[in-house]
Amino acid sequence: MAADLLDATFAALADPTRRAILTRLAAGEATVTELAAPFHMSQPAISKHLKVLERAGLVSRGRDAQRRPCRLEARPLKVAVDWLETYRDYWEESYQRLDALLTELRAGEQAPPAGGDVPPAGEQARRESGG
Amino acid sequence: MSVVVTTPSDREIVLARSFDAPPRLVFAAFTRPDLLTRWYGARGWHLVSCDLDLRAGGAYRFVSRGPGGERMAQSGVYRVVEPPRRLVLTEVFDDQSYPGETVITHDFAGRAGRTDLTTTVRYATPQGRDRVLRYPMARGVAESFDRLDQLLTEGTNSDELDS
Repeated sequence: MAADLLDATFAALADPTRRAILTRLAAGEATVTELAAPFHMSQPAISKHLKVLERAGLVSRGRDAQRRPCRLEARPLKVAVDWLETYRDYWEESYQRLDALLTELRAGEQAPPAGGDVPPAGEQARRESGG
Repeated sequence: MSVVVTTPSDREIVLARSFDAPPRLVFAAFTRPDLLTRWYGARGWHLVSCDLDLRAGGAYRFVSRGPGGERMAQSGVYRVVEPPRRLVLTEVFDDQSYPGETVITHDFAGRAGRTDLTTTVRYATPQGRDRVLRYPMARGVAESFDRLDQLLTEGTNSDELDS
């Protein structure tokens, strides 16, 4: 069930109009008429988007029968953001190993040519430790 | 500096990350088996074998081992190989739980000795994408999963939802 709700959240967030509706609602609650105005969309079209957002738990509707104001519900949004952060951390560990590898590759390219005065670090270490 | 994850459409995950090395080196790190085995593999996973035929139409197969000794394999075909700028490949896991091939596009953009890497992962279906977003959890980050379940339960049962 939890997974289904998360799927619904991501699906709801994939649409630019729905993201714009959420941004508008972040500034305060609004009626469908108020929401439709800046989008140049019909009220039924906006209502369709609102239904998707409601199903995902991102928007709730007030009880006032006439106005039924829409309100942003922040919690599923936070869950979705946490999820992306976990995904980020998941890859960041790998990329940090890549950072270290790239530093090493760059150092290798900048090393003095063989036969110079300074022996490679590894060779020097072996000499100092007595082989 | 850390990777930025976005979901620009319902079938895609985009990872953006900058590296302090020119595209030539980053491209090499993504395409040479001796280098790949030194870094590739997320959270506790590392590559144990890596066979690849680096040309358009060439196949690859990566085998990884997990924190508990689990084995995981992914394979596919390179579609575009344009060093050091662009690499496009398909990906299917042996035990994949979602349908279809995933297409992965790596763009290596050079900028003053650095590389801005943009990786676009495009799934065959939105369901596949969403399942993969859960993958890290399924692969052993159980405590986060529990925390999420708890949050969602609170979020759906509680009346005090005003934030």
